[in-house]
Amino acid sequence: MGIKEFCFKKSLWVFHLSAGSCNNCDIEILDLLTPRFDVERFGMKLVGSVRHADVLLVTGIVTKKTRSRVLEIYEQAPKPIIVIAIGACACTGGIFTSGYNFAGPLDTVIPVDAYVPGCPPKPEAMIAGVMKLLSKPAPANNEAIS
Amino acid sequence: MGIEIVYFLIFPGLFFSGIIGGLISWADRKITARVQFRQGPPIFQPLYDFVKLLSKETIIPLHGSVTTYILAPVFALFGATISAVFILLPVLGLETGFAGDIIVIIYLLNIPSFAYIIGALASGNPLAAVGASREMKLILSYEMPFLLVLISIIIKSGMTIILSEIIGYQTANGAFIGSLSGIIGFITVMMCIQAKMGLVPFDMAEGEGEICDGITIEFSGSILAFFKLTRYIMFFALPALVAGLFFAGLSLSGIHILWSILKVFVIVLLITLIRNTNPRVRIDQAMRFFWLWMNLFAIISIVLALMGI
Repeated sequence: MGIKEFCFKKSLWVFHLSAGSCNNCDIEILDLLTPRFDVERFGMKLVGSVRHADVLLVTGIVTKKTRSRVLEIYEQAPKPIIVIAIGACACTGGIFTSGYNFAGPLDTVIPVDAYVPGCPPKPEAMIAGVMKLLSKPAPANNEAIS
Repeated sequence: MGIEIVYFLIFPGLFFSGIIGGLISWADRKITARVQFRQGPPIFQPLYDFVKLLSKETIIPLHGSVTTYILAPVFALFGATISAVFILLPVLGLETGFAGDIIVIIYLLNIPSFAYIIGALASGNPLAAVGASREMKLILSYEMPFLLVLISIIIKSGMTIILSEIIGYQTANGAFIGSLSGIIGFITVMMCIQAKMGLVPFDMAEGEGEICDGITIEFSGSILAFFKLTRYIMFFALPALVAGLFFAGLSLSGIHILWSILKVFVIVLLITLIRNTNPRVRIDQAMRFFWLWMNLFAIISIVLALMGI
């Protein structure tokens, strides 16, 4: 493992993108920053701008309105970037699969590296998902899609 | 010529103050975490952040001026490094400086803020323009009380404008923090360096909530790493300047090194505790605070210094 890869894994800056969620997953993500779970001890922190981000946390179903926005945000992020789908809606569509406004699960829009299912997933599950992803050899997908 | 390059690049300059500033920035995050009953990041976290940012992709925005956009972080790093050199050489007792070096330091300390403004305006993002406008107003507010406190220091040290002579006066006659005007000036300077570094009561220039990191919104990759390094160096240079102005300077010989570390640590602890116990103020509240209250404090400090208290 090279020094670049090691530093990348030790300092993940997270950008949180809601593609049309019901706010449950968002609250559970914010729980990660509180004293009980405290992901800052792994070097993760929430950033305000997608230009600084290393990880894109996407919550909620991708609707017809937000599909182009999700794609745009993904293209604005500096590569390499890891995309994590949080919650049942982002992973598969959940109960909204047959909805009239549903524009496919997240992995039909942008390449996804890790899935954390649950409605909403527990904060432990999110930490476990990120750790499993980071134990893989290298962060994949560095190509912009058109 | 050779020794100046060593001064700039290695010992008090880029390398040394970058490392110490990174440690201070880690201490800041760790103290913040402990105040909030959290565990906090590991000690090498600033290094990880810096190396990771260097290895990431740099995106050039479509609108705006490309040359200015890329050169602004370089100028910010240059200004921070050269001001750290001019501060640390007299404060650590390596060289005596030249006549009027404290005036040069005042000018050099402003270069990073101006580089932030120029880079933000060159990126062509409207939110960055809002951040730049707030940073300009902040500079207009905090510069005046800072200069007034320096005038009080100069009066107390017998009308000398050389930093090493100010420190020498304090080692002969006791540190300025021991007098009433020194305490009032110290409070004012702490508020001013809080605003200079853009920490929480006065961080409206990079308001994360409403304008998404403001002045650095479009910066990514290695140029953001340059801004990070600037931030680290300023985190060491400004407490060192305060230690020189009020605590009789630092020293690197023998047991004095522990005493110097304690001085810097107390200043950083005060900055961090102010940052953790205050919410952000609006820009008009900050301007009123500096123009009215801090100027009043600084003028009281000058009057007391003239009376010799």
